[in-house]
Amino acid sequence: MTPATNPGATFMARLLRYKWVRTKLRSATRHRTIGFGYLLISLIAVIIGSILSLIMRTHLAWPSWRLPIYGAILPEDYLAFVTMHGTLMLFFVLTVAPQSGFGNLILPAQLGTRHMAFPRMNAAGLWLTALALATLLAAFFAPGGAPIGGWTSYPPLSATPLAGPGEGTGMDLWLASIALFSVATTLSSINMLTTITKLRCEGLTWERLPLTVWGWFTAALLSILAFSVLLAALLLLFCDRHLHSGFFLPAQDLVSGVLLQHRGDGSPLLWLHLFWFFGHPEVYVAILPGIGLTSMVIANFSRRRVFAYRLMIATTLLIGFLGILVWGHHMFVAGLNPFAGTAFSISTIAIAIPAAAKVFSWLATTWGSRPRLTTPMLFALGFVSLFITGGITGPILAQPILDEYLHNTFFVVAHFHLIMAMAGVFGLFCATYYWAPLLFHRTLSEPLGKLHFWTTLLGAYSTFLPMHFTGLAAEPRHYSQLSGLAGPSATLLQSTLPLQRHITASAIFLVCAQLPFFLNLLLAWRRPTNNPADTNPWHATTMEWAPNVLNPHPNDQPPIVYRGPSHYTDSGKEFLPQWSAANTFNTEAE
Amino acid sequence: MQASPTHGFWNLPINAAAHGRALDSHLLLNLWIALALLALAHLILLTGIAIRKRTPRPYHQLFIEYLPLAALTFLFAFLALRAQQLWATQRYTCADLSAMQVEVTGQQFVWYFRYPGPDAAFGRTRLSLVDPANANPLGIDPTDTHGHDDIVTSQLVLPVNREVDLTLRAQDVIHGFAIPEMRIKQNAIPGQTTHIHFTPESPGDYAILCTQVCGMGHYRMLATLRVLPLADFNAWLRDQAALWAKDKGEAQP
Repeated sequence: MTPATNPGATFMARLLRYKWVRTKLRSATRHRTIGFGYLLISLIAVIIGSILSLIMRTHLAWPSWRLPIYGAILPEDYLAFVTMHGTLMLFFVLTVAPQSGFGNLILPAQLGTRHMAFPRMNAAGLWLTALALATLLAAFFAPGGAPIGGWTSYPPLSATPLAGPGEGTGMDLWLASIALFSVATTLSSINMLTTITKLRCEGLTWERLPLTVWGWFTAALLSILAFSVLLAALLLLFCDRHLHSGFFLPAQDLVSGVLLQHRGDGSPLLWLHLFWFFGHPEVYVAILPGIGLTSMVIANFSRRRVFAYRLMIATTLLIGFLGILVWGHHMFVAGLNPFAGTAFSISTIAIAIPAAAKVFSWLATTWGSRPRLTTPMLFALGFVSLFITGGITGPILAQPILDEYLHNTFFVVAHFHLIMAMAGVFGLFCATYYWAPLLFHRTLSEPLGKLHFWTTLLGAYSTFLPMHFTGLAAEPRHYSQLSGLAGPSATLLQSTLPLQRHITASAIFLVCAQLPFFLNLLLAWRRPTNNPADTNPWHATTMEWAPNVLNPHPNDQPPIVYRGPSHYTDSGKEFLPQWSAANTFNTEAE
Repeated sequence: MQASPTHGFWNLPINAAAHGRALDSHLLLNLWIALALLALAHLILLTGIAIRKRTPRPYHQLFIEYLPLAALTFLFAFLALRAQQLWATQRYTCADLSAMQVEVTGQQFVWYFRYPGPDAAFGRTRLSLVDPANANPLGIDPTDTHGHDDIVTSQLVLPVNREVDLTLRAQDVIHGFAIPEMRIKQNAIPGQTTHIHFTPESPGDYAILCTQVCGMGHYRMLATLRVLPLADFNAWLRDQAALWAKDKGEAQP
């Protein structure tokens, strides 16, 4: 089709005649602008999400506490905060920041290219994500407030406004927000996959890709699969809410004394299947980029090659593949056939093997290397520690007979906050400190960074380790109140209160421990920029540290990659970056 | 001062169910193994950072990756197998045919328990007949004679040492039925029934919790399981039957 017959292209051509449009479009589609845009979205989401968690924690430990201006926290407020906390953190922080944020900022440079494959589609993804965040936050101001069903939104609770406050307009806004988010993530994943497949510079074979790129690649593959299924599920739930269909609802349902009739006789279990088919890969989307970065950062500061590099590529892909097959472990007590419980248990425990292979590689890479304990290295080591501590309870929860006791208790909350939230956030901090010279043209303060690391590590463990014990005491999730109840249940719940107060105090400490980080970022503004000649302050080997990446010139020769990452001499003093043609010392044959 | 309802390092509530001992010992085994692996991994991590090898030698992947992986695979296979045996014992077969039948219905934010009465059969229920104000919170159909002797209570009372087969239902949204001291948990789903069976071993009062977020009153969707010696249970059942008949008599003009 010629442009003349294509109205869209004609319109675009007409627009592009204006210089203002051209410059705006060019800067808006630049991968760095988009990457920072995504990080800004995550920053807003993480601040709101953390404030929500502090309000919830304070209310749980001291139920009579009144939020200034707002007043008492009602049970429906508590559940609305739970839902929004989970949704903000899972989608807008842990999916957006590592994958779309740092992916956009760093991936092109690591591939030796200057742009992403589809810049306009990339920009569309960013703006849709921003719109999704605005839509989600609007739910707070909807009549009835934000939805109360948790980030998993199980129907029938999520299917009718009769089921509770927030399940009317608030729930519709939630659905719209997550639908927009799904579209945005799919667009950005297509862009990322195409970029990795098509735009690698000369010499950058698949085997020479840094493990961060493998992390982004696998996460993008999972995103496309998972979010398309989620989008379908969201549309079906929307139909159930407004068109009286019955995909997730039985033919008759009695909610708040009103008998609801639906066309068809569906089952809420279908939503659970579709949601967790998305939900479990989603947690790997959140953690895989961090896993890749940890491998690279540990290798760099240990001055060693990543131990078992090929195996690490294979295990990244294997974790991704197995991640699609394990959704049923969220449903052991949901009413599945018990044989399905056995099958999902086996596939879930199988993930422990590639995950353990990662840990062995990290331990072997650092072993006896006396690594330089810079802030990014400390956060990478913290990632390893939290990955082990959070991961070790995974195989316990994967055994259906034990999950029968532990399901939906705080033991599960402890598990996923350590492995996904805390390890994920440590990955983000590692990325920020490590790539700061590329992001801000400055290295962040090391003393402040180390203070940030040690207080955050202490806060993370002090907050989430005790949750295992309240969970073992059977404390369920989503309880907005643990005292002032009657009967033996009350005795059981009340017994967790001393630990609750400790957890709340630790959570406040953990949030305060982020002040050195923000101070560090603010102070960086006033620090002198790094010497432009010293583009590689960490003496790293991957392509993002090549000269001219920060200040490209149109006449630059396209880069060529000569070897895989992480080539150092035994002493660690010399190193061979991927872009260096000279072969000054013998390295292992690839 | 009330005695703490939980005990031991791992803070578990007491176990009062026949299958709970094996479950607890498997859970504790898992927890101790997890703690040991956690300590070991951190020891290796910290030692590895602290020491400096004089002559770096290339490692053998076999010893650092594949042998430990094989060992872990055996460990997890052993744990999974043991867990599967317990799971199969509890879930692959239904309750014994002589097990006591009780139906549990969840609705926002209460649990109802229905006993089938002398005819040992539950009457049909219809959601359209649900009428809590007139003593019919479950919508028992008066045209079904099986329902005439059904007893509905708000407390689950069971005789000690007799297996019980719970039929779980929900009227409105998904609820999670859990009795921590009986080591059981199963969701109740609108539109379908699920089952769970167990044998209480010690008389006493135990917590029943809702473990699936079901709305604003989720935290107060609590009930009590009372386990009684057989004679006391029979006496309680007789009293309930009389009370229930009186309630229904008053409700029907």
